[in-house]
Amino acid sequence: MNPPRPKPKLDQENTAFWTGGGQGQLNITRCGDCGEFTHPPRILCRHCQSENVAPHAVPGTGTIDSFTVNHQPWAKGLEVPYVIARVKLDGAPGVFLTTNIVRSPVETVDFEDKVRVTFEEQDGIFYPLFEKVA
Amino acid sequence: MAGKEAYITGVGQSEVGVRLPRHPLLLTVDAVREALDNAGLRLDQIDGVFTYPGKMNGYTAFSPVGSEDLIEVLGIKSKWHMGAMEQPAQLSAIGMAAMAVKQGVCRHVICFRTVYEAGGMADPAQYMSGAKQDTVTGSSQWTSPFWATSAACWTAQYAARHMHRYGMTREQLAQIAINGSKNAMANPRARAITKEELTLDKYMSARMITTPLCLYDCDRFSDASTVVIVSAGDALDEVTATPIRIAAMSGSVDRYSWDQVEEFAAYETGADLWTRTDYTAADVDTVQFYDGFAFLPITWLEGLGFCPKGEGGRFIEGGKRIARDGELPLNTFGGQLGAGRLHGFGFAHEAVTQLRGAAGERQIGGDPKLAVATSGGGPMAAALLLARD
Ligand SMILES: [Zn+2]
Repeated sequence: MNPPRPKPKLDQENTAFWTGGGQGQLNITRCGDCGEFTHPPRILCRHCQSENVAPHAVPGTGTIDSFTVNHQPWAKGLEVPYVIARVKLDGAPGVFLTTNIVRSPVETVDFEDKVRVTFEEQDGIFYPLFEKVA
Repeated sequence: MAGKEAYITGVGQSEVGVRLPRHPLLLTVDAVREALDNAGLRLDQIDGVFTYPGKMNGYTAFSPVGSEDLIEVLGIKSKWHMGAMEQPAQLSAIGMAAMAVKQGVCRHVICFRTVYEAGGMADPAQYMSGAKQDTVTGSSQWTSPFWATSAACWTAQYAARHMHRYGMTREQLAQIAINGSKNAMANPRARAITKEELTLDKYMSARMITTPLCLYDCDRFSDASTVVIVSAGDALDEVTATPIRIAAMSGSVDRYSWDQVEEFAAYETGADLWTRTDYTAADVDTVQFYDGFAFLPITWLEGLGFCPKGEGGRFIEGGKRIARDGELPLNTFGGQLGAGRLHGFGFAHEAVTQLRGAAGERQIGGDPKLAVATSGGGPMAAALLLARD
């Protein structure tokens, strides 16, 4: 049994990201003026400094840009190995998420694999994990 | 001319070890005394104290001593002091000191980095009180929830991608750690950290931490203090040691977020360094590259132009080129992999020592005159070009 995942402290900037999974949505902050994405989410656009930003539901699919198979248990009881990946998100140019690739044996995960989001809920936080698209 | 320049005039280091019984403040004072002796300066000539990252309450094992602690206990009449983490990597404290002496604010500045991570692990209640938190905030909220808790997990992804794109092999990467262990064996201060030379067989069969980084690709918690004294060019007549000029320096951060950067800051920082000097990479006699993880020197070799991008693995293949008697001696004191996780300052310390011909058993030949020392990896980095005129 894995220990509980570290829990983000919710605030004005990050709440839509960490709770969007409750509605099945992967929310990335998007600018209403220039259309660019800002991640990690902030209350202004990092491209044009507009304050007209809002959470935007992206498709929830993406590509594995890089990954590592982690063998070191960083917390007591943490089951290893597991995959940590940097996923390039579809529909949000320039945005990458650090996440886990789940539901596949670690040795089957590879660069450029297509993946889609799956949410793991814990204590009101919806952690966006990714699984390989068959 | 010299009056407008900044020089490193003294270097010092405490004993290096794992779970040293000596208090980190005392280790720091040991290193200060050695650096003062090394420079030929007295404490009452010091008028600035700079450190990275400054004392961190709650995580004092990572940074147990602040600039104000030294000012208090040593009675330093300081004109400017600083300890701050929001800077381009560890050596930025030396960079800030160089700016201070060039501006005429200070004449002789103590720069230091003290770590007590091994000792702190042995006494977490005293040294790691901030480790227990109910929630994660700031940048760690984007990695820790996915059990990407260590910088090893972040660095590993870029190392894996480098292998995927450019064909670097684990046998090539191994040379960083093997070279570090060889050099550490010739460094008396590293003997508490490295007791035998690492072999390729041992490396290849080592426990994996997070692919492609194995146990020997990651530095180990250690305890020590390292001091570098930065002096103004017009104060060199007070110094008895050979001054080493800071010929150029650079630092950079593009995104602060580890996982949003396309490539590590060593590339931008490395390119910038050569825009501030007439020297080129071909003039460099030795390099001391931050190696908290074995992949980082690869990014520095490529970023500073010692080899084309993607060729770092092939450049170090077999280890001869980066050995002490090779064409580009790298981490001649053992680096952090061989000489302990002293977090950045060891690289400047060794560069100065080599340029003065004072490295003893590990001294490189060829009358070295120019060295690069770097710190950092990931989204931020800093580099110093050091010259013996
Ligand atoms: Zn915008």
